[in-house]
Amino acid sequence: MTPPVWLNHAKVRLALHPLRGGAGRALLLLHGLGERSPVEPPEVLDAWSGPIAALDFTGHGESTVPTGGGYTAEVLMGDADAALAHLGQATLVGRGLGAYVALLLAGARPEEVRGAVLCDGPGLAGGGARPASAQIVSPDPAAVPPPDPFALAELARDVRPPEHATAFARQAAVLSGLARPITICALERAAWLRAVAEEPGVEESTISEALAFYATVR
Amino acid sequence: MVEEAVIYPGARRPDRSRFVDSSGVRIAVYEWGDERARPLLLAHGGFDFAGTFDVFAPLLAEAGWRVVSFDHRGHGDSEHPALYSWDADVRDARAVLDSVSHKPVAMIGHSKGGALLTQLIEAHPHRASAFVNIDGLPGKRRHPDVADHERTRLVAAELAHWLDHRRRSAKKERKPGTVDELAQRRGRMNPRLSLPWLRYLVSIGARRFPDGWRWKIDPTLRFGGFGPWRPDWSLERLPGFPVPLVGVVGLVHEEMGWGTHPDKILPYLPPGARVEAFADAGHFVHIEKPREVADLALRFFESVGA
Repeated sequence: MTPPVWLNHAKVRLALHPLRGGAGRALLLLHGLGERSPVEPPEVLDAWSGPIAALDFTGHGESTVPTGGGYTAEVLMGDADAALAHLGQATLVGRGLGAYVALLLAGARPEEVRGAVLCDGPGLAGGGARPASAQIVSPDPAAVPPPDPFALAELARDVRPPEHATAFARQAAVLSGLARPITICALERAAWLRAVAEEPGVEESTISEALAFYATVR
Repeated sequence: MVEEAVIYPGARRPDRSRFVDSSGVRIAVYEWGDERARPLLLAHGGFDFAGTFDVFAPLLAEAGWRVVSFDHRGHGDSEHPALYSWDADVRDARAVLDSVSHKPVAMIGHSKGGALLTQLIEAHPHRASAFVNIDGLPGKRRHPDVADHERTRLVAAELAHWLDHRRRSAKKERKPGTVDELAQRRGRMNPRLSLPWLRYLVSIGARRFPDGWRWKIDPTLRFGGFGPWRPDWSLERLPGFPVPLVGVVGLVHEEMGWGTHPDKILPYLPPGARVEAFADAGHFVHIEKPREVADLALRFFESVGA
């Protein structure tokens, strides 16, 4: 097992795991809520022949578990952007929460993200399209991290309005120069994902087909 | 070189200070007035700190209140944690409240502090007796009048800018300067605040290093944001606000202000609530008119038996 590459994102040290070496553009894996990076490249990614790296988000896996919570999908996009800064261009594969973060980053870094593949996984829906009743989140004090119990509590209720998600999909479509910057492989249909599925530049396929397609994209 | 302490007429440092542990984050808490008096919680705005109440809070304390305020995480003397979020700020505010009283408490919030306390009270109506919200009531954000494809480019540029800031933030420090330089920089953001007041704020809100003064605020924090939050969501909840409420706004428009106009809020006010507008004040109404705003709050708390 190759040791992780350590990246700094503000006060957090992030673990980026090189799962497989090779030439060409990297595939960057973004795990779901409460998960961590896999040790080996999952078989479902066999269609990708280039290098593969996997990022542990803040509060997950080997990355820093910060004190006192304060998680947002936006700051996790910053985590993924730190990995992007290290890898250069990359194609993203996100599971659950990682799928939402992949969409955000595809819209925010349209030139560096060469395709985002959105897959099923924990934390896909988040807190839904609109805020729930006001609540102060206090996670289980007896929990043993990782994952950070604050991440589990806060990122399961962050609001993901469809019009917010589609704004990122549109940016990817307009600014990436790709005909198909987003591919949906997830079967679960969170409100934000249902809206994104209707956007131009977004297609649905299997993971293998999506990876074979993005391998041909420059 | 020894610099003299900066003084400002009417400003009084807190009588007591302490720290509260909010899930492991150290939050600096300050108090003015008799410890045995009725508690009143004050929350400052974004990029401010509790010391900005050094004129306002003593006026409330002199009227018989135990005034308690705190520095938000990353602000003033509170800890600079790794993460920041709205929910975390509300949680920190509750930790401070828990350290004061479990009975209903009168509250005043300015700007972001007003919005934070609004959410705290919505989540815990049993913890508040009455609330004065100074330019922190939700306004309807206006979108710039630009074509859709131009807007996409604008938003993309803002996002890239934010991410670039995050990429640099591991090594970021606040820019050093003299007391006057920091006061002038702050004055560009808050043009209605006087230079003597801004110099006073530097003397308590900044720290002196060998190469100059630096604001204490966490350099990773940045103004503005692009999260999914919509002001309409808060506005829609306002009619159900559970405790007596007075909104205070300054009608002179400022960049840092919330652009909330009383006419826009009126249809959403809960029964009995009202908005007091000051025609000749901006976003920092309680700093421009401390006596008037304090008297207004004191009369209101008295009238509702807070």
